Amino acid sequence: MNQFTAMVKARTMEFVRDRATFFWNLLFPILLVFGFSFAFSGNQDTLFKVGEWGTPSGADPFRDFHTIEEIDFISYGKDQSLDELLKKLRMHQLDLVVDYRDKQISYNEESVNAPILQRLYSAELKGSGWKEESVQGAPIRYVDWLVPGVIGMNMLFSCLFGVGFVIVRYRKNGVLKRLKATPVTAMGFVSAQMVSRFIIVLLTSVFVFLGTNLFLHFMMLGSYFNLILLTMLAILCMLSLGLIFAARFKSEELASGILNLISFPMMIFSGVFFSLEGTPPIIQSLSKIFPLTHFIEGARAVMLEGAGLVQILPQIGILGAMTVGFLLAAAFLFQWD
Amino acid sequence: MKPILQIKNLSKSYGNLTAVKGVDLDIPEGICFGLLGPNGAGKTTSIEMMEGILSPDGGEIRFRGKPIDRNFKKKVGIQFQSTALPEFITVRETLELFSAFYPDPRPMEELIELCSLQDILDQDNRKLSGGQRQRMLLALAIIPRPELVFLDEPTTGLDPQSRRNFWDLIQKIKKENTTVLLTTHYMEEAQMLCDRIAIMDHGKILECDTPDSLLDKHFQGVLIRLPAKGGALPPGAELQGDWIHMQTTDLDSSLKKLLAEGHDLTGMGIHKPNLDDLFIKLTGSTLRE
Repeated sequence: MNQFTAMVKARTMEFVRDRATFFWNLLFPILLVFGFSFAFSGNQDTLFKVGEWGTPSGADPFRDFHTIEEIDFISYGKDQSLDELLKKLRMHQLDLVVDYRDKQISYNEESVNAPILQRLYSAELKGSGWKEESVQGAPIRYVDWLVPGVIGMNMLFSCLFGVGFVIVRYRKNGVLKRLKATPVTAMGFVSAQMVSRFIIVLLTSVFVFLGTNLFLHFMMLGSYFNLILLTMLAILCMLSLGLIFAARFKSEELASGILNLISFPMMIFSGVFFSLEGTPPIIQSLSKIFPLTHFIEGARAVMLEGAGLVQILPQIGILGAMTVGFLLAAAFLFQWD
Repeated sequence: MKPILQIKNLSKSYGNLTAVKGVDLDIPEGICFGLLGPNGAGKTTSIEMMEGILSPDGGEIRFRGKPIDRNFKKKVGIQFQSTALPEFITVRETLELFSAFYPDPRPMEELIELCSLQDILDQDNRKLSGGQRQRMLLALAIIPRPELVFLDEPTTGLDPQSRRNFWDLIQKIKKENTTVLLTTHYMEEAQMLCDRIAIMDHGKILECDTPDSLLDKHFQGVLIRLPAKGGALPPGAELQGDWIHMQTTDLDSSLKKLLAEGHDLTGMGIHKPNLDDLFIKLTGSTLRE
């Protein structure tokens, strides 16, 4: 057994035998996914959502509808294309789309709400020259949308604490010093830690996904290959981020405080639990500095929109660049003691 | 004998505190060298610089005549004063892990035999007793068949039985012609194991020689120790705490003289000078433990 595999093995055994931590790492995300799935399983969204594209030229045939409080009208025009609106329609984020420019209404055949709205609108449009079109698309449940977020969040904590915190603990209790007294290099030690944690986090993520998928049958429009690729890159990126914090700190309390300080905003502002769409632009820009945001965006695109490798290239590029940056910073900062 | 390790003018400060002030030492090959001193004397700082763990502020360390290089760590074994071991793995797994670090590790059976680890092989590192732990740490230190072993206070905190067992282990290692550099604040340990000692305090080496030469140099004859009960000190005696200490080469006449001067000899002790006495003489303090 060479130095490297021996260290990977020792670190992995340490993790697996620490039963409490091991089960918590598996159980926590599973509980979260099921918890949220249960909490949001009811069809609470009784409101109709109508997306309007452009403005009416001349009299608005649907003017009267605007007084109905149960219908939520959302106006689009400048920032979004009609295609994007239709995408939302297919994903059941809208129940009906009114295109004032081409005088056409579109509805989702598979939506529960669509038939009622469609009849209302059709009745109004008889003989007016407006066209009707139907689109298809299964609904996205909250849990489908949530699962990449929860797995990403679990990855985040497992990577940051599993590398950052553990190396600080080794430094404090003298394990690092003992290793420094052997021919092991800092690079060899750190990469062994990373490889061990990489395997653990990847397996945990796959296990959590497959385990919850057995019961919840997530929507998966893209390829598992792309999803795994993105996951592996995101794990690497977050491990590298963790390494920066592992580089110098000597106190576990300080390391833990700082890791929490960055992981909590990341959890909140990376769109794990709620969409950042509609939040102030500053939050949206802020979210871009977090690797988690890019993983979640990419994973949602693969799962819910069937994005291929080309569509997720921006996320892959950003995660890759961040990984390199973090690794360089960590290598520059690292000290044994 | 050619020194395996030569130290010249070594110094190290932590902020305003100068821990080591210009230490010079030659460690001859194949012996057990003891670095003695009270806590805070600078022993650990010195030994950690020699181990290559701490970088000195000034001075020079040469291993077999050359500055310390990359291969140094493959040729030396180190046991720190306190070391945490990786958690959740057993003694055997720890030995396997550390064996993987070296190009030509000692076979497992040999290590187990040498350090008497048979009974604790499958125990978790966290569940070892003090003595077991030190035996295990010594095993880790000798995995690479080191030419030089550094042991920093290896028996501190052990019970007398474990301490004696540990001394046996060190004797075995010495028999392999391994040079041992040991720090301790137990004079009995130094007397038992060390062929040569250096006494250190306040960051400086006070004396360095074989224990016998040092004792011969500083003491003649035997030491008389009397409880101090006030009154005048006998000529040539000195007061140390509650005790009067005096040296003599002619015990018979010294005792007669004490009686003639009317001293009460109740509680008197007479012994051959040992390293404890030497230490007290040199540092003016008893060993701070």
